[in-house]
Amino acid sequence: MSEFFAMGGYAAFIWPAYAVATILLFGLLVLSLKSMRQREALVESLRSHRVRRRADETTTTDPVP
Amino acid sequence: MMHRFANPTRFMRVANAILPWCAGLTVLFLAAGLYLGLFRSPADYQQGETVRIMYIHVPSAYMAMFIYAAMAVSSAMALIWKHPLADMIARASAPIGACFTFVTLLTGSLWGQPMWGTWWVWDARLTSVLILFFVYIGYIALVNAFDDPARGAKPAAILALVGAVNLPIIKFSVDWWNTLHQPASVVTMEGPKIDPAMLWPLAFMAVGFNLYYISVGILRLRGEIAAARIRNLQLGLTHG
Repeated sequence: MSEFFAMGGYAAFIWPAYAVATILLFGLLVLSLKSMRQREALVESLRSHRVRRRADETTTTDPVP
Repeated sequence: MMHRFANPTRFMRVANAILPWCAGLTVLFLAAGLYLGLFRSPADYQQGETVRIMYIHVPSAYMAMFIYAAMAVSSAMALIWKHPLADMIARASAPIGACFTFVTLLTGSLWGQPMWGTWWVWDARLTSVLILFFVYIGYIALVNAFDDPARGAKPAAILALVGAVNLPIIKFSVDWWNTLHQPASVVTMEGPKIDPAMLWPLAFMAVGFNLYYISVGILRLRGEIAAARIRNLQLGLTHG
């Protein structure tokens, strides 16, 4: 097992290469997912806001006969 | 056919349906590629164990160019048909391509030091890939420089198209100029020149990276569509 991790003496080059790729690709995935969720949540809150405002407007501007 | 998918809502319905499959297959293919590359493939007769950097480096380099080509094609479609979805696909792709280009440069450097005795040389292959990275960064900066992304779309699409001249330069740089970088051994006129034991992990990693691009691309595209809806809602321009 330790022989595997030693990579024929090139461990200092091989493992950083795999680590950098893993960290960057995983990091980009997490950032993309996070910003997508934030934006979609904002869309929802803006929509419900607008619906509520419209409902308020109709109740206040409609004169009761 | 194309116009059916040009509708963002319909496009996203299809994209969301394939997303879990792409994500699952990404994990499967990358796991298989890593297993084959790290445990089952032999060390190179010249390069020893450092050849294992190839299983990250070469598929990343291929993705760096593939994603740029995809960006250039969708930018051309955006310029011709003026469809916002094409712009969004290019915008969603750019950070993923920049990421793969950076991985290519870094893993290449980590491979160059033990094999060539240097982290970096200013030769045609390395320099042209560095330029590709700067084009990606320039594109991302340009796209984010406009408050109203619709105004930035056209210059960004033009930049993406102009930058595409770099792609054949990267591909053929190892044939046109003297370089430390080895010539093509996977995509050549005579077919692959490397052993199947090394070709399989490469193929699995390349397919896995492609699936990663599709998966993360869908997430980013959803983010782009949501951002456009936020702008519309804030401006009070949406109907119904």
